[in-house]
Amino acid sequence: MGKGQIVAGCIAPHPPHLVYAENPPQNEPVAEGGWEQLRWGYERLRASLSEHDYDAIVLLSPHWQTYVGTHFLGLPHFEGLSVDPIFPNLFRYHYDMNVDVELAQAIHDEAAKAGLPVKMMENPDFRVDYGTITTGHLFNPDWDKPLVVISSNRSTAYYSVEVMQEIMIELGKVTRKAIEASGKRVVVLASNSLSHRHFTTESEVPEDMSKEHITSHAMHLWDMRMIDYMRSGQAQRILDEMPEFTEQAIAESDGGGLSWLLSTLDVPDYPAILHGYGTIIGTGNAVVEWPCYAHEVNDE
Amino acid sequence: MSQGEIVASYVVPVHPHTVLAPDQNAGWRRLRDAFDEAAQTIRDLDADLLIIYSTTWPSIIGHQIQADPNPEWVMVDHDFHDLGSIPYSFNIDADFAHAWNEANKQRGLQSRCVNYKGFPIDVGSVVALTLLNPDNSIPAVIVSSNMYANRSETTVLAKSCLDVIKAQGRRAVAITAMSLSNRMFTDFIQPEEDKIHSLKDDEWNRKILEFLEQGRLEDVGQLSRTIHRQIRVQKVVAFKPMWWLSAMNGNRNDLTGRILAYEAIHGAGGAVVHIDPTSTGVGDKEYDEDDVEYFHGERGVLEGAEESEKDAIQNTNAGADSTDESTASDSGPALWDPTEAKGSVNTDAAPKPVGAYPHARKVGDMLFLSGVGPRQPGTNAIPGGPIHDENGEPLEYDIKAQTHAVVNNVKRIVEEAGATMDQVVDVTTFLVDMKRDFAGYNEVWAETLGKVGPTRTTLAIDALPTPIAVEMKVIVHMPE
Ligand SMILES: [Fe+2]
Repeated sequence: MGKGQIVAGCIAPHPPHLVYAENPPQNEPVAEGGWEQLRWGYERLRASLSEHDYDAIVLLSPHWQTYVGTHFLGLPHFEGLSVDPIFPNLFRYHYDMNVDVELAQAIHDEAAKAGLPVKMMENPDFRVDYGTITTGHLFNPDWDKPLVVISSNRSTAYYSVEVMQEIMIELGKVTRKAIEASGKRVVVLASNSLSHRHFTTESEVPEDMSKEHITSHAMHLWDMRMIDYMRSGQAQRILDEMPEFTEQAIAESDGGGLSWLLSTLDVPDYPAILHGYGTIIGTGNAVVEWPCYAHEVNDE
Repeated sequence: MSQGEIVASYVVPVHPHTVLAPDQNAGWRRLRDAFDEAAQTIRDLDADLLIIYSTTWPSIIGHQIQADPNPEWVMVDHDFHDLGSIPYSFNIDADFAHAWNEANKQRGLQSRCVNYKGFPIDVGSVVALTLLNPDNSIPAVIVSSNMYANRSETTVLAKSCLDVIKAQGRRAVAITAMSLSNRMFTDFIQPEEDKIHSLKDDEWNRKILEFLEQGRLEDVGQLSRTIHRQIRVQKVVAFKPMWWLSAMNGNRNDLTGRILAYEAIHGAGGAVVHIDPTSTGVGDKEYDEDDVEYFHGERGVLEGAEESEKDAIQNTNAGADSTDESTASDSGPALWDPTEAKGSVNTDAAPKPVGAYPHARKVGDMLFLSGVGPRQPGTNAIPGGPIHDENGEPLEYDIKAQTHAVVNNVKRIVEEAGATMDQVVDVTTFLVDMKRDFAGYNEVWAETLGKVGPTRTTLAIDALPTPIAVEMKVIVHMPE
């Protein structure tokens, strides 16, 4: 078996609005469009990755929130109805997905070896969180690749962004190690918004784009600063500024996804590709790809 | 029909251990027994409604109320999935949910009902309803915790709930699904190793329980922010359920409390507490902040600057004062600060203008008032109710209450100018419905300005800029 490889790493936002706006057959509500900038961004990401074959998607979702350790979906198949508890009017999605349990177990085992509290989730009644479903759908609408789904440990809430980041950097290292040992070609996804201050009201027509904008200038500046670092290959600076960014932009990076992603990618010093940016109920969201395929040497 | 009342209140823990694994730990068993005892008490009280405020159901867009009459699913906890699954099929009082939702809007709150097959009912609500209402015989209603809600918003949420309990004559039980200290162990533990995470958490929990046992619910509410800082991990929702529960009980400190159990669940503080509304006769209340009847907070962040007019309505109309007949109005023009010029007379004690003009202007010894309506200063509520809703649908209103409010507003402006009501010399009154309202208006006139004796002209007009039925234009002569 050859050495496994990370084909690409991405930040990919998961507000249910994007799925709602697209009207896929799996989602019950019907929209008149909306949030096109971001949906086109996802289209460009899919097009960019379509030229690269891969075996599995490893995804960390901030909406599977675990306070006791980091958990991994541990059964090969999940299906059911995902209803967003915050926006049930927009997202009631019938999902049917496969899990790469072997790879999940391998990452779990590596993490346990490194001393992280981890658990496989093997309850067949478990409802997969809507962050995973949304990103899963937008990234791969055909659902034809198995996923590894990692929960978001809430160590930011318990300790601090610094402690969260230490844990996530460790989790990223073992994720990478397990992928390399698996012999598989993998895309890693941090399901994540950037600045995360929501509006507290919803317009009559949720997809009314005349109402959509960033909640404040400060949020915009933070989003652009982070995107600049991504586009100029300065991942380390993102990690360095993570505490300030997370606190001041109330960023969804508190869930650790972005720190984990950058660590899994070995803190890339090459530019990421920005496929799209847009706001969703005021939060800042970017679709960004680190094209590892162009920078890693595959020793097969 | 009874008058409608809270017959009992409960604090109950949120984690699924009490349902799925009561026998793995003696403390979890004691919590479960306490739940079972509470369920029996609720049956004995002949309660006909369970109301759950759940801290494990966060919301962003105001508060959400479950309105699916029969939600069914299988709940699996995000953390404790290995304990098993909890299938549920609940009996939800959808009528009450819709009425509460409407009452919330009446009191200026952002609110909506959810009725969607497969909606993920949160663990705290599932545990509470499974154990407190095991045979589903009592209809229930569940409300979310809004992430951004402050004390006034949470208090008003309770008051609107009480409005409906009274209107429907219900015997309701108010339940908060919550942890005390919520710090769990961050690693996996064996059931027998469970204990409160730290001595500090334990001491705070015991202090809270001491207060609750003494019936000092409002005091716990007033300590909420301190408790949050001391023993709460910043999860999605802060320690706000005590605001709601205290307001559900009339913000009292003389309730009768009983601690049924207090134990650790994976390190967090779990307690089952029964609060009986019977007065102990002791326990004074000093209310530390304004007791809010209508929510007046900033929620209009969606609108851009160009739509600030619409914002102004939403924000200013969100609050209203507390008299029974007074209802917040839902539509109308933006409000302005009164203009300032030589001789102008303006006061915070009168409602804000709907255009660029002062409340009154003095020329020599004459005082000319701008048209005065019944809107209440500060809150913009209309005593007697608005004459139509935001869609222009006519509403029932009380012309006498409106006329009284106009006269009171006139008096405030007149007195601000240093004049008195007996110096009013001429009044022009505008009525939007002469046929319906003249008699009522005339009656109030006779009791008030009629006694002063100004000349008067009453006109029927098509409409006024806000949803009011009466406005007066007043001239005062105030010799030095
Ligand atoms: Fe999110």
